[in-house]
Order: sequence, then structure tokens, then C-alpha cells
Amino acid sequence: MDFNFPANFRFADSHEYAVLEDDCVRIGISAFAVDQLGDIVFVDLPEVGTALTRGSSFGSVESVKAVEDMFSPLTGEVVERNESVLASPEALQNNPHEGGWLLRVKPNDASQLNDLMDSETYSSKVAAT
Amino acid sequence: MLENKLKGVSSSNSSKFLSRHIGLSSKDQDYLLKVLGYSDLQDFIASVVPPDILDPFPPMDSLLEECSESEALENLHSIGNENLLRRSLIGLGYYGTETPAVIQRNILEDPAWYTAYTPYQAEISQGRLEALFNFQTLISELTGLPIANASLLDEATAAAEAMALSFSVVKKPHATRFLVDEDVLPQTLSVLQTRAEPLGICVEVEAPNTFQFDDEVFGVLLQLPGSSGKLWDPSNCILKSHAVGALVTTAIDPLAQVLLAPVGELSVDIAIGSMQRFGVPMGFGGPHAAFFATREAFKRQMPGRIVGQSVDAEGNTALRLALQTREQHIRRDKATSNICTAQVLLAVISSFYAVYHGPHGLKQIAHRVIYFRAKLEQCLVQLGYKLSAKVCFDTVEVLCDNATKVHKLAALKGFNFRVLPIGSSVEDATGFGIAFDELTTENEFDKIHEILAKSIEQSYQKLPAFDSKLESLFPGIPLRKKPWLQQGVFHGHQSETELIRYMKRLSTKDFTLVNGMIPLGSCTMKLNASAELLPISWKQFSSLHPFVPQQQSLGYQKLVSDLETWLAFLTGFAGVSLQPNAGSQGEFAGLLIIRAWHKYRGEMDRNVCLIPTSAHGTNPASAVMAGFKVVAIQCDLEGNVDLNDLEKKAVEYSSRLAALMITYPSTHGVFESKVRDACEIVHNHGGQVYLDGANLNAQVGLCRPGKYGADVCHLNLHKTFCIPHGGGGPGIGPVAVASHLCPFLPGHPLSHCGGNQAIGPVSAAPFGSAGILPISWMYLRMMGVEGLRQASSIAMLSANYIAHRLNPFYPVLFKGLNGLVGHECILDLRSMKRKAGIDVEDIAKRLMDYGFHAPTVSWPVAGTLMVEPTESESLGELDRFCDAMISIRQEIEAIELNRSDLKDNPLKQAPHTLSTVTADNWERSYSRTQAAFPLPNLRQNKYWPAVSRIDNAFGDRNLVCSCAPLEDWLDN
Repeated sequence: MDFNFPANFRFADSHEYAVLEDDCVRIGISAFAVDQLGDIVFVDLPEVGTALTRGSSFGSVESVKAVEDMFSPLTGEVVERNESVLASPEALQNNPHEGGWLLRVKPNDASQLNDLMDSETYSSKVAAT
Repeated sequence: MLENKLKGVSSSNSSKFLSRHIGLSSKDQDYLLKVLGYSDLQDFIASVVPPDILDPFPPMDSLLEECSESEALENLHSIGNENLLRRSLIGLGYYGTETPAVIQRNILEDPAWYTAYTPYQAEISQGRLEALFNFQTLISELTGLPIANASLLDEATAAAEAMALSFSVVKKPHATRFLVDEDVLPQTLSVLQTRAEPLGICVEVEAPNTFQFDDEVFGVLLQLPGSSGKLWDPSNCILKSHAVGALVTTAIDPLAQVLLAPVGELSVDIAIGSMQRFGVPMGFGGPHAAFFATREAFKRQMPGRIVGQSVDAEGNTALRLALQTREQHIRRDKATSNICTAQVLLAVISSFYAVYHGPHGLKQIAHRVIYFRAKLEQCLVQLGYKLSAKVCFDTVEVLCDNATKVHKLAALKGFNFRVLPIGSSVEDATGFGIAFDELTTENEFDKIHEILAKSIEQSYQKLPAFDSKLESLFPGIPLRKKPWLQQGVFHGHQSETELIRYMKRLSTKDFTLVNGMIPLGSCTMKLNASAELLPISWKQFSSLHPFVPQQQSLGYQKLVSDLETWLAFLTGFAGVSLQPNAGSQGEFAGLLIIRAWHKYRGEMDRNVCLIPTSAHGTNPASAVMAGFKVVAIQCDLEGNVDLNDLEKKAVEYSSRLAALMITYPSTHGVFESKVRDACEIVHNHGGQVYLDGANLNAQVGLCRPGKYGADVCHLNLHKTFCIPHGGGGPGIGPVAVASHLCPFLPGHPLSHCGGNQAIGPVSAAPFGSAGILPISWMYLRMMGVEGLRQASSIAMLSANYIAHRLNPFYPVLFKGLNGLVGHECILDLRSMKRKAGIDVEDIAKRLMDYGFHAPTVSWPVAGTLMVEPTESESLGELDRFCDAMISIRQEIEAIELNRSDLKDNPLKQAPHTLSTVTADNWERSYSRTQAAFPLPNLRQNKYWPAVSRIDNAFGDRNLVCSCAPLEDWLDN
């Protein structure tokens, strides 16, 4: 299957993405992860104001047959969460990279994003799976 | 001449059972052996089972020779007669009740209901799914809480589940206190303590009005009515609990809830209880369905199965198991509960009890019970006895100096009253209690009145009239005011004719063993013989209260002793407990036993449990419940436990190693040749070996876990030993242990079971679901050791035949010695996804069109089917299955070769209902014949799925788990 990973996105091994927009980082899970999960039925996200630590779980996503933790790709504070995905998990499934984003995070150190894979590297990794 | 015997006439007057149980005739067995290239069954077995595992069983005289059905029934009948039939008015969670004859005959005794599997294949399970949906509706209505599940194992473990849910929801690091009402049922308290300790939870027992609330309290359990029968207003207690952020659970009585205001209106968070008194016999402790209801906010944490509504591909309403991601088979060590098999058949019976009686009938039953309670209070006061409590439901307790005399007089008239204090002997009694139930009559009451009058040497005097209006019988307690249970199903089947037709309409929608083979890997769906099932309905077994005086249950004691002896012998172990009432509970008990043993030897640091990634989800879930840390062991490319990884981790965790959990043969269906080595590695590092006995059907009579290195195992009587699956319960999961672990076998506060250093009980009743033990007793008695050996051998012969016929079409994923599988095989379907876009799901649904229940889907390996035929299927049925699978392979090939459309093909569109296939419009690219009759023999014998493919995502996104009352419909 062919996925389109936006060029300016960075990706974690565990399939979360992060993209710097102005001074905030928007995070979500990749189209590959969404495809693997199947029909998404529920998303669990932290409240605004929650502190996130890179590598720690910040919530979970459930499909009919699986539940997966999501791990934060950076350390920072949640400044916004996508309420529409909470209300309709289909929004995540249909458009994981845009309308299905999950959190906006104020980063402690934006350079942490450099430790993640770029779009091309991630694309190759996923193709090899 | 004594030598004169007629040739060909057997010496006994009826045929042996073995040939009724085994599906293959001798001729067919020979044919299969020939196909596989073996000269005889022994030769075959020697090639499947590793030589160092195959066990020359010692000569056995305690396990009898095989016998006929009538001989076994006669034998069991004599044993049953050693149980004394008395009228037990003990209460304590178990009451007399009448199972309506129409329910006994058409549900409990109908294989179309009891041979069903758990309804994972929802399209062919709409019947029992609806009965369970009715059950959930009933529970929601009784409790006033919107979310109810499709049963838990018993009231005590339901309370433990509520405690676990409260703990995981509140999740404050120092909040470890759970406050328990001192009027709780004694067995509930014991089970709570057993479950709390490994999790670091502190259970405190007090009178609720003296509960010490602070932010270390995460939950509270109230018993309403109390064990004493007492009713009281918990509003204050609930307020205080919520003020510190603790969750409130109430253990309630469903018959009381018929009359009282639903606890949901009091802002409780969770309500639990037992539905035994809704038409299910006491059965010496079980099986009974427990219920669990909670608020919307906790639906994702609720344990057990939930039936939810969704739609099918044609837009029709359809039912399915919802939110399965809560359960152990998905969450594994992150699951909050290990429950798998529950009490479905009993839940179905209780739901039909409510359908049978309707809200008016239920109210009458409840009102009569409290009328007698009130009359007894009058009687006691008149005779000068002092009553303990102010307002009661069905039970009255009295403390008095002449208690022993009262009990002895009662015994002479055939009654068992409750002995106070609970657990004491009659000689040491300081009081008595009487709990009324559905079976109480005026006649019976008069006898009790006589007993009480005689106890103070008075003559029987007529009682004055008293106000028997409900409000007067419950002063100060809020009663149910709004009309309830208004859903059509509880009103529309009042005549027996209507009810039978409703029951049949439901059962015909379900695909069960009466329709065809259910080759579910690891489920062992073998014959549940009629002779095995008959005794459970005998009064000698069904009517006993679990807490009767020991001398009244000698029949059960013999039954238990026989089974413990036989199962210990078959597994090569020294001791057995029949208390756990599901495999998951057996696992939990076994792990607790291991833990207790390490503690006894002063090695409390041992808390690591090694579990292969291929293990059943209950394994890691049970390990976490037992306070262990789970460390995964990898499997190698052949699907066997990777011994190098095991060695590495055993070394890494050496001083902390508590146990290894293995399944043997593996969950991949293979007799791993190195199992002894694996056990040795673990023992070398001070750990114990737990063996998951789910695959025992490949071993019985051939090899014994206790002899090749295991220290403890559990068995699934509802798999290997013929207890029917019931649609998801009842089950029994006994635990068998080596001699060094015998002292730790579970005990019970009100029984003499267990070892002398017993761990606490894991079930409410001392012998768990004792009422269905006769089933396995009958099976073992009729089969004898030789018969069991044959059964295991043929189970493996059949599985290898299927593997052999299907391998050219679907590669068999893992094989053992000599390229053979055990009693099940895994078919690899992953290439079909790549080449034709076909998922395993599609094949499972297409099999429905061919008249089959699918094998196990995507477990233990995603994208595969695991097939276990069992020894009960005929060659004809094995071939019919292979023919179907081969035909499906051809349908898939057509897609691969672009002869069929990727989406519009019989697999993607499966299953096909009668309605779809006979519609006026048919615009599909394949014919109606191909849809519904892909093979000609289906025209003689066609099972029609009731609904088309169900939309699972829709069902999970929009959870509807009970039927809204009529008034909601009218409002809209």
C-alpha cells in the first residue's frame, strides 16, 4: 500500500509524527499506524495543561481488534487537543496527518525533533515491513 | 456347559459408550492411518509424541474400566442418593428457586443452547446474543445503571472485579484502602482478601457508619440487603465516599431490587450480585450467573463480555460482542481482569426466568417472600424471641440461649436453618437465621411456626392479622416507584406456546454442535453426551445448598473425591482442587499457590513470571493479578519457545524468578520436543513451572504434565472433559499440583476443603460449580483410561488428516516431530491477503455459507486459522470441512487470477442470508447459487446465517448494550 508522508513531518519508531508549526509542535499518529489498526473506535488523550515526557505514553488508540499506547515524541506541555477526534474517531482514521491530528504541544526543546526520522527514512522503513 | 456363549452377543446388556463418543469408525480410523502412512494407532502416536514425553501409564485400578451409559448412570445415581434432601433456609447468597419446566426442558436440557460456543462469530449467534441482550437489559432495569455485562463467574469474584476496577480508575499511588461492609457475605470477604493481597490492596471490614474516610480510600463495598438480611439507607455513606474520590460498589439481591428503588438512583458507581435465585438451582454452590452493572463513564474498564447492538451489511439491526479491546485476549498483561469463560448459559436461564414471570410475576414472588419474613417476625415476637435487626428483606436472625435446641428441632422436620455465628457447629450455636425464598408456602411456614413454638415448649398459637402492604413491610426504605421492565420481551411471551416458539426462534439462529463441526483450535468442541448431562437435573445434585452440614453432602464428597483422584492420576500430580470455576481462575489459583510456596520458603523476592508471546491472553492477565511482573519469552521460527531466550531471561532474573507459564502441546499445536529442557532451566533457577492445560486433549492417557517437569497445571473441564461450552460458560478450571504444593490448595471459610496452608478461596463456593461436576464424572467413568487414550489419539489422527488434506491449499504453519501436528493445526492464510486482498475474517464468514463455524481466527498467529476437529467428528464431517476449505481456496484463486472482482466476490460479501439471496434484485457479479450453495450437498442440509456481515466499528463507536424501555420510544 502506498502512503503519502508529508515532507516536513518527523516520525518516531513507534509511528507517532511531529511537525513544528510556528512555535508549537503538532503531533499525531501516521497513516501507516492507522492502516495497521483497522477501524478506529476510540481515542484517549490527556487534558490541556498536561506535561508530556519524551518516550512516555500520553494516551491510547483503540480499534475493534487492538489497543495501542501512543508515546510522546518530545517533552513539553499540551496546549490544545483535537476534540473532534475524541468525538468522532473516524476523523483520525480518515485524515491522520491533517484533520486527524491529536495534540498541539509547547516544546521544552524543539531540537528534539531532529532525533526523529525524516519523512523519506520513515517511508523506507514502513515499506520494508 | 458354561462355555456355551452365543457368538457375537456381548456379555453386558448395553453397548459401551466409547463408540458413541468417538466419531471415527474402526474402518475410518484405518483409512486415515493409511492416508498418513502409519500401520496402526500406536505407531502413529509414537511418531507424534516425543518419546521422552510419552508415558507408559501404570496399571490403574482406581480409574475404572470403560462402561456403558446405563451402568454409569446407575452408579452415579447411588452416589447421588448419599446426598440428603432437606429444605435449606440458610440464605448467605443461595436460595431455593423454581426453574420453570419450560426453561429446564427447552434451554438447560437443549443441546441447541448448551453446545454453543462464545458468540465471537456473531452472524451465526444472534439467538443467544439476543438472550444475553435481554439479560443485560434486565440487569440495567434492576440496578438502574445503564451499562451491564453478559455475566461474571459468581458474586464474590464480581465483588473482586469491582474492587479491581475501582483501584484502576482511582489510581492514586497511596490510595490502597478498600472498605468493606461487615455485613458482607463471608465468602465474598474471603475472595476479596485473596484477590487484594497480591495487588497490595488493604481490605478493611467495619460497620459502614464507622468507615474511616480519607484520600487513601479508593473504594467501598456495601451489602444491601446485608448478609443478616438487614436493609438500611446508604446515602450518607455514598456521599462521604464520593467526597474523598472513592467509588461505591453495592452487592445487591436481585429479588430485593424487584421491590426496592434501584441502587443506580442512589448514585452508586457499581452494582454486583448473583442471579441464582432467578430460576437457577443451588447446585451445591454453582454454576450461577453473577452480574456487574456500572455507569457510562466506566464502560471501557468493565470486565467480562458485553453484548452490543450494531448493523449488518443490509442495514438490519444485529448483535455482537462489543468493546472486546477491554478483554484479556487483547490487553493481555494490561487487562484489569483475566476473565474469559463466564456463565452464559445460566445468564440465559435467568433472563428467560424474567421473560417467563414478567415484572408482575417477579413482584409477586418478592412480595410473598417478604410477607413470610414479616409473618415470621410477628411469630418470633409473640414467642418472646429477640429480633436482631430493624428492617430486613427475606432473612431474620435471632440470638437466643436455646439455639441448639431450635436447630435440632428444625433438623427433625427436615429443615436447615442458618447457624449463628456463621461457621460454627450446631452444638456451639448462639442463634439461628431463617431466609425465605420463592419456594416458601403457608404449609411450610406453619411447620416452622410449630418448630419455634416447640422450642420454648409452647403450643402453636394462631398469629394476629398484620398489614401486609409493601410499604408497611419496608418502613423507611425507598421502594421502586416507576414502572420497570417495560420492554416487549418481558410481556409478550406469557403463554407457554409463545415462549417455546420464541426460544426456538432464537436457538435456530445459532450454529452449534447440533448443526455441524465447530473446529475451534484450543476450544475442544467435542461431544457433550446426553448421558453426561442427565444427572445435573437430578434433585440429589441440583437442590443442595453449598453450606449444608457435612453429613448431608456425602454424595458430593464422593463425587469430588473420585474426580480429584482421577484427574490427579491423569495429570501425574498429587492433589487437585475443583474450586476454580473457569480456566482463568485455575490459572490464578495455580499462580497464587506458586507464590505461597515461595513465600513459605522465605523467597518473597521471586515475583517474575516468564510467559511465551504465544500464550493465551489469560496467562499474562492472571500473572498480573497474582502480583507477578510479566517478562515475555520469544518463540523461534518454528513457533516453539525459544530456549536460548528462556535461558537468557532465567539467568537475568534468576533470584527473582517465580515461574514459567507454558502450554503443552504449544498453542501452535506442536509437541515441542524440548519441553523437559525448558522445565529444567526454570527449576535450576529456583522457579516453578505452570502448565496451561487448555491443550490437554492431546495428552490424556498418553503423557502427564507432572512427569515431564510441570509443578502445577490447570484443566478445562469445559474443553477436555465434556462440560458443554454453553455459549460462554459455565466452565470448571481445576488446578492440579505436585506434592510439595498440595498444602496450598485453596480453602474456604465455610468448608473443610483445601490444604493445611491453604491460600484463600478463589470462588464463592467451596467446590465452585459443583452442580456440573457430574458431567465430567460420567465422561471419565464411561471412558476409562483406555477409552481416554483412544480419544486423545484419534483427536490427533483427525487433526493430522485435515492438515494433510489442506496443506497443498493452505500451508500448515508449524509442525513437530515427523512433520506431524498435535490435536490442532494452524493454516497460514497470509499470502491470500497479499495476492487477493482476502482477510482471515472473509474466510471465516464464507465458511458460514458452507455450513461451518470457523476455526479460531488469528490466534495465536495473526492471519491464520487454527483447526481442532476433536475425536467426536466423523470422517464425513472432516471431509465436508476440507471440501469447503478447498472450494474456498478456488474462490480465492479466481480473485488472484482476476476472474473475480476484488470487492464483489462471495468472500467479501459473506455471509449470505436467505433474504439477500432471494431478493428480487441481484446485481452481483457471481450467482445466487454460488452465494448460497457453492457445493451441491448444501442443498440437502443448509444452515442460513440470520444476518449479513456485521459492522464492528459502528458497534464499538456507538455502544448500545441494553434495550431502552418503551417509554423512551414513546417520548421520541
